[in-house]
Amino acid sequence: MEHYRRHALKQRLYDTLFQVVALAGLLFAVMVLMWLLYTVFEDGIGRLNKQFLTSFPSRRAEEAGILAGMVGSVLVVLLTIVIAVPLGIGAAIYLEEYGRKNWFSRFIELNIANLAGVPSIVYGLLGLGLFVRWMQLDRSLIAGALTLSLLIMPVIIISAREALRSVPPGIREASFAMGATRWQTIWHHLLPISFPSILTGIILAVSRAIGETAPLITIGALTFVTFLPDDLRSPFTILPIQIFNWISRPQAAFHENAAAGIIVLLCITLLLNATAIYLRNRFSR
Amino acid sequence: MSYFKIETRNVSLYYGNTQALKNITLGVPENKVVAIIGPSGCGKSTYLRLFNRMNDMIDGVRVEGEVLLNGKNIYADGVRVEDVRKRVGMVFQKPNPFPKSIFENVAYGLRINGVTNKRYIEETVERALRQAALWDEVKDNLKKSALALSGGQQQRLCIARALAVEPSVILMDEPSSALDPISNAKIEELIWELKKKYTILIVTHNMQQAARVSDWTAFFYLGELIEYAETKDLFTNPRNEKTQNYITGRFG
Ligand SMILES: Nc1ncnc2c1ncn2[C@@H]1O[C@H](COP(=O)(O)OP(=O)(O)OP(=O)(O)O)[C@@H](O)[C@H]1O
Ligand SMILES: [Mg+2]
Repeated sequence: MEHYRRHALKQRLYDTLFQVVALAGLLFAVMVLMWLLYTVFEDGIGRLNKQFLTSFPSRRAEEAGILAGMVGSVLVVLLTIVIAVPLGIGAAIYLEEYGRKNWFSRFIELNIANLAGVPSIVYGLLGLGLFVRWMQLDRSLIAGALTLSLLIMPVIIISAREALRSVPPGIREASFAMGATRWQTIWHHLLPISFPSILTGIILAVSRAIGETAPLITIGALTFVTFLPDDLRSPFTILPIQIFNWISRPQAAFHENAAAGIIVLLCITLLLNATAIYLRNRFSR
Repeated sequence: MSYFKIETRNVSLYYGNTQALKNITLGVPENKVVAIIGPSGCGKSTYLRLFNRMNDMIDGVRVEGEVLLNGKNIYADGVRVEDVRKRVGMVFQKPNPFPKSIFENVAYGLRINGVTNKRYIEETVERALRQAALWDEVKDNLKKSALALSGGQQQRLCIARALAVEPSVILMDEPSSALDPISNAKIEELIWELKKKYTILIVTHNMQQAARVSDWTAFFYLGELIEYAETKDLFTNPRNEKTQNYITGRFG
């Protein structure tokens, strides 16, 4: 008896201890985040005005603005979505619904899973070699978007396959038994049913894309851009690069610009995610 | 022209290396109900799924022999599975309506056949729902999600969905085993009605049900067809000892 009592007491002690540690960890993470946000807002909120949002970079901090980076980031990400989402979902549909399950498909599967874990700078190098040099797209918007597309496609493929696989088998059976073709079954049932989960994967992937800096620096996105891209072949810059550029300058005024830029980046990320979550909730009745 | 609406001639089916059906020859005359009974795992569902080629979807399935619909082999080269399935409707053990409205569930068969005439679709949906004895219960809520229906209603909806494209044969795999007694009775009544227009092959674990709804009954055991006879004969006067043991509840 005595032994059991002591054992129970010990277990309860462990339990409490674990709770304390977990809570401390959580508080620490939240506090760091709050502190980060606080300092960013304190430094940057004063700079966040119309002039800042509508100006190009400049040698004088008070005349500089975020416009080029903002437009560049949004355009690159939109283009990336347009390229990577259909390709990613298409690949997932092929692998899940059409492809035979044999050693070759398992090999491809393994490769996609590995690609999702490759450091982003490697994609930058690939983009530089493939799109910028070989396809001679130069340091353009489209080269950047293609590079980011490669980067996020594995994530989209994996999550879309997962979503397709989780459609109840009864639905597939019912549709096929009615004489539907594979494509009709995919179009009328599998895609609508798995759409919310697919969207979740896309949200994660796109959130990653908008914050990625390394691959775009590698392919040569510029740091000082005083014009807006007018076609897919235009040079461009993106928010993180602009922010980094300002931070690395000695003058305090530029640091304020950087802080304001970070606020803009956060807002765009939140906006993108909010849109996606809204869409997801609308479609997942 | 064959006497039977659907039939199998010397059909064997293998899942990889295991044989699930052994040399089965059996025919269903037009406008008759044939019940398949037998212990679990004896190949009833497998046999049923021969007729709409749903076994094709499983990797490693091999079929030998002939499966005939209106005297034509549906496993012959050049036969499109989709065409077979449009003529042979199926109702599954677990109700499996699409997560769409009641209306869209029934209209699905028309939509995938490229029918766009709104009037025609509406009329067909109503006719099918009436045939499935569901119309009165749902006519005011056609836009409601099919998933909001009760299990028994869902199963009748699945029957309506199959009927909408006017197949000539209906396969039913234990269609009321997941339902309450009243829904069960409704489905049985329905089968009586449907027999006038359709040829029905039904799998059931419930021998009373087989006795009530079918004209002929086939007893399967370990992938073999043991006995096939008029229902009243099979239940009152089985010729094979295994059949006798099964229907008197000595095994299975
Ligand atoms: N997809 C499959 N792959 C491999 N073997 C299968 C598959 N489906 C069924 N079998 C095997 O084929 C045999 C017949 O199965 P079937 O589902 O036709 O039996 P059943 O008579 O319908 O049984 P129940 O009454 O339990 O529904 C069983 O031994 C089963 O293990
Ligand atoms: Mg079965």
